[in-house]
Amino acid sequence: MDPSSQGTSQSVSQSIIQLQDITRVYKMGDVEVRALQGVSLRIDSGDFVAVMGTSGSGKSTLMNVLGCLDKPTTGTYTLAGQEVSRLDRNELAEIRNKTLGFVFQSFNLLPRTSALENVELPLVYGGVPRRERKARAAEALTRVGLGKRMDHHPSQLSGGQQQRVAIARALVGRPRVLLADEPTGNLDSRTSLEVMSLLQELSRSGITTVLVTHEPDIAQHVSRVIVVKDGKVRSDTRQTPVPAVVPPEGADA
Amino acid sequence: MMPVETTLVALSALGRNKTRSVLTALGVVIGVAAVIAMVSIGEGAKANVEQAFAAMGTNLLIVMPGSSSIGGAQGGAGSQPTITWADVKAVQTELSAVRLAAPVLRSNAQLASEDQNWTTGVQGTTPDYFDIRSWPIARGTRFTASDVDAGSKVVVLGQTVVDHLFGPNADPVGQVVRIRNIPFEVIGVTERKGQSAMGQDYDDAAFIPVTTFQSKIQGGLGKYLSGTLFVSAVSKDTVERAQSQVTALLRDRHQLPEGADDDFSIRNLSEIANAQQEGTRTLTALLASIAAVSLLVGGIGIMNIMLVSVTERTREIGVRMAIGAKPRDILAQFLVESLTLSTAGGVIGILLGLLTAQRLAAQFQWPLLVRPDIIVIAVAFSALVGVGFGLYPARKASLLDPIEALRYE
Repeated sequence: MDPSSQGTSQSVSQSIIQLQDITRVYKMGDVEVRALQGVSLRIDSGDFVAVMGTSGSGKSTLMNVLGCLDKPTTGTYTLAGQEVSRLDRNELAEIRNKTLGFVFQSFNLLPRTSALENVELPLVYGGVPRRERKARAAEALTRVGLGKRMDHHPSQLSGGQQQRVAIARALVGRPRVLLADEPTGNLDSRTSLEVMSLLQELSRSGITTVLVTHEPDIAQHVSRVIVVKDGKVRSDTRQTPVPAVVPPEGADA
Repeated sequence: MMPVETTLVALSALGRNKTRSVLTALGVVIGVAAVIAMVSIGEGAKANVEQAFAAMGTNLLIVMPGSSSIGGAQGGAGSQPTITWADVKAVQTELSAVRLAAPVLRSNAQLASEDQNWTTGVQGTTPDYFDIRSWPIARGTRFTASDVDAGSKVVVLGQTVVDHLFGPNADPVGQVVRIRNIPFEVIGVTERKGQSAMGQDYDDAAFIPVTTFQSKIQGGLGKYLSGTLFVSAVSKDTVERAQSQVTALLRDRHQLPEGADDDFSIRNLSEIANAQQEGTRTLTALLASIAAVSLLVGGIGIMNIMLVSVTERTREIGVRMAIGAKPRDILAQFLVESLTLSTAGGVIGILLGLLTAQRLAAQFQWPLLVRPDIIVIAVAFSALVGVGFGLYPARKASLLDPIEALRYE
């Protein structure tokens, strides 16, 4: 192999997300809202990033753009080597399905549907054959520690377990990037630690993870903290993540 | 996404809300059932009318003598004897469009068996009458032309008369009944014919040779026919021609000048039959259109519920989009949901409609007639309702913005 081409591919693969001068302007009636005002950002493969900011800071808009749910007004967004800021709805759906995985604050599992079927769902839209789907969904659930609860419906699971089902659903498509929007927002501190521990583990296995949070406690477990304010990146600091260790049962009572 | 997968996704979505799905489909069930039942009822009624007119006789014309006019008071058809026996003979023999013609004289009289009596319409006629009315003999024989020539005292009884005089399952052939105290030998019993379209019992009658009637029951005027003349045309298509031939012949024989009124009247039963059939056809169309309205209402019900469902499941739609559902996947899912509701409703509706039609047919003693084309139309229409009324909600769902949808509370 030519060493120079290897170098290029390596740099592309290292910098999985590249934002260049991203702006996003909404019209709310007659008022223009400048939610993002020129954000440039590189996130390397395997990074574990927390995006922080107050409400109205633009962090949600940034997440929507990163998640290919929203398109920037100007600027370019390169995800896994592909320029995605000008793709249409169908192409974006394809990217979300194949390259991204989503975890939401309120879990957003389908009610009255088993954990296994919930986890299968992205593969259904990805056109994966039924047998393979079942196997991969079961594998993902086992990976998040719910191998014994595949037949449970969301209402039969605790909040922490539901969020782990949601993480399994995000993982099952073997995404390059995991996007988590306040994943611990609806969980108590112990369960939050469980979820963070799981995300750290996934990060170590090489999945790039971007999470939005406003809790410093949660942000201490990541390796890079980006603070957003008034639609701009205010600070971008690297840190050594604090391992999320779940205290033994009953210790935190 | 593959169609099979879409269907499975849609079915599981419906399954999560069973009560609502069933109630929504119910609108279509009732609509389709109503269409099937109503059309079957209409068809049954039509067949019933056809049957009733077939029972009256085939290609039948009834010729009645003219009306009397005394001091300006007109007596009505048949009150004035104008048709002679020679006219009858001429109608029987001279006209190409006429197959058969039989005089019918009628009078109410009491019939008595050994231990029972019954008053009925006694009719004096010729053997041709039974052919004109297409009325077979169930037991024994009918009287013959030589009985008519000889004026024999023989009688053919209708079933109702037999029931009253001898009991339901008795065989009266060979027995004697007395009509106005004159003994007649029963030589035959006609087959049960049932009721006329107007509810008259055909089987409540007794038939004797016309000559016997004149000599024993009611003294005739000799020259004139004091009753009616039943004429049967050669075929269904020649009824009109037979009518005009009879008219021309009688006018000629009665030497009526140009412009003068007929001194007789002719009833064409096929006209009445056609009018009746036209009536039932209109009724069928009316019933079917009312039923179609209920099917339409069922369709609007589906649209309503699908719209509610889209709103209620906005978040679900957002999640599906976030994890990779394309707009067309969402469109397909909701379309298949409404299509499933409507076609399932259609199939159940067909079964229910057939059951209802069967019950009603049994109730009215009509033949059960189910038009297969109506079933096909009903299924196609309910599928169309599903697609037609499902399209708008499905499109609405597919056009949702995933961000908005995920934020929806």
